[in-house]
Amino acid sequence: MTAILETRQLHKHFGGLSAVADVSITVMAGEIHCLIGPNGAGKSTLFKLVAGTYAPSQGEVLFRGEDVTRRKPYERVGRGMSIKLQVPSVFRELPVAQNLEISLQRTCRGAAMEAEKARLLEFLQLQDDAGKPAGFLAHGQQQWLEIGMALALQPTLLLLDEPTAGMSPQETERTGEMIKSLNAQGMTVLVVEHDMTFVRQIAQRITVLHLGRVFAQGSTDEVIADPRVEEIYLGKGHGH
Amino acid sequence: MTPMLNVLNGPQTLGNGRFFWTGFVLVLMFALGYPAISDPYDVGNIAYLLLSTLTALGLSLMWGYAGMFSFGQTAFFGVAGYTYGVISINLGASGGLTFLCLLGGVAVAALFAALLGYFLIYGRVSGVFFGIVTFATTLALAAFFGQTAGPEWAIGKARFNGFNGMIGMPPLELPWLDDNIVLEGIALYYFVLCLVLVVYLGLRILVNSRFGNVLVAIREDPLRTELLGYDVRKYQLITFVVGSALAALSGGLYTAWGQFIPPASMGLPAAAMPIIWVAFSGRQDLTATLVGTFLLLLVFQTITVYSQQYALILMGFLLLITVLLVPSGFVIGVGRLLGRLGRGVTS
Repeated sequence: MTAILETRQLHKHFGGLSAVADVSITVMAGEIHCLIGPNGAGKSTLFKLVAGTYAPSQGEVLFRGEDVTRRKPYERVGRGMSIKLQVPSVFRELPVAQNLEISLQRTCRGAAMEAEKARLLEFLQLQDDAGKPAGFLAHGQQQWLEIGMALALQPTLLLLDEPTAGMSPQETERTGEMIKSLNAQGMTVLVVEHDMTFVRQIAQRITVLHLGRVFAQGSTDEVIADPRVEEIYLGKGHGH
Repeated sequence: MTPMLNVLNGPQTLGNGRFFWTGFVLVLMFALGYPAISDPYDVGNIAYLLLSTLTALGLSLMWGYAGMFSFGQTAFFGVAGYTYGVISINLGASGGLTFLCLLGGVAVAALFAALLGYFLIYGRVSGVFFGIVTFATTLALAAFFGQTAGPEWAIGKARFNGFNGMIGMPPLELPWLDDNIVLEGIALYYFVLCLVLVVYLGLRILVNSRFGNVLVAIREDPLRTELLGYDVRKYQLITFVVGSALAALSGGLYTAWGQFIPPASMGLPAAAMPIIWVAFSGRQDLTATLVGTFLLLLVFQTITVYSQQYALILMGFLLLITVLLVPSGFVIGVGRLLGRLGRGVTS
């Protein structure tokens, strides 16, 4: 497997606070990679550094072998990244179908667009809501719609920041199945998450962040079996 | 016919059905026949009202569709007007050359919009601050031109004349066979009517295109739009230049119509007018903006005959009740109601 995304010694400071410090991670093509850690670990900051909405204080971001550190978010998207933010950010006043069209028109048009839109609506189980303003959808459905908008770009790397935030257990499980089915079709997925049940459901490799640094890295089984990870999650100190 | 209607219709415009287009053709036929049933003075007056709707359509595109609140439409109106004056007076323009002068005025104002827009948009000035800076720009221009009374304030033969405004520019003249038709009265009316029609239909095509889809996405959520791979600022800059250039077209036409452009055309009451027209009408729809602005101007002008102060008070009052009662606009509300009735009729 080849690396699709690499961060090299990334740092991000906000005034005196070091939110991300010396973080080097590698996401391999074709895997579901989860970025976990307790609140304040620097997960979302690292996600924004990768997406390009934050510029790093130091370090590099490489995407498909190219240094994209100074590239703007839309340029990274143009190179094959697709990004879903933590808070569902759909175009609330526009119909669900138009939300998808705005994304789809970047990759296809005409009959091909109509076919792809129908396929996505079915995949997202939103066929009956296509004409509704997106703001009228339930919270979980808005999260799915945003995932659908990200998928419409036909990305090589899908970045998801807490895709199950605010979802019911059933919706969470369905989201997990959705992500696994995308991965089965060859898509690489990087997920920021703190819900360990969800992480167990989908992750193939895990990076644990703690206090802005990489705390542990490895396969799902290795990381979950690591007692130190449980300690930071449960707030226990070392040696207790 | 159907493919043509397809590019004109879409999710970004309210009137898309047979009901709407039938009404559109009827109104257009009435507008074409209007000079036959009215006296030439009134027709010339209506031409003046129509040319102001171009400013409103430009603001609707920027504010209603792309979410950019520009309070500075009059800045571009004025710059184009003064530029038309400077070029045409110095060239002693007549015939087809007057159209090149108009084009020159619009081009200079569009360039100014590109420059101002570049610094604002790439400087990440947005929301209410975008309105404040554009408003300050028009006020600064009004103040500047207001103090140009002395003879030293001239470009070539064109004197600015301070508060009294620039005078002496020629009207537009259309070369026709071996003669020139002076565009005033009925001729001007038909010319402006054609222009408004072309701009209106052109903007409908634009907002219902892929470009328009991106504009409304930017209005809803600029970050989300950028994360779908769109260079948001480039779209905003293009929109700002197009919207401002429409105000410039109004300004150039106004100057040629009245052979006069004063600094007051960029001052506070003038700058507030496009906001009131568009807010009252319904900024998120071109048709509502066009119809509402025209009707409002008609009422405003009728009242102005009796008292300009009362007309201004009425405008302020209209803005107040629009914001309080129907923030999306009165005419757009009526349009939606008619749309429902239309669907009821056709189904």
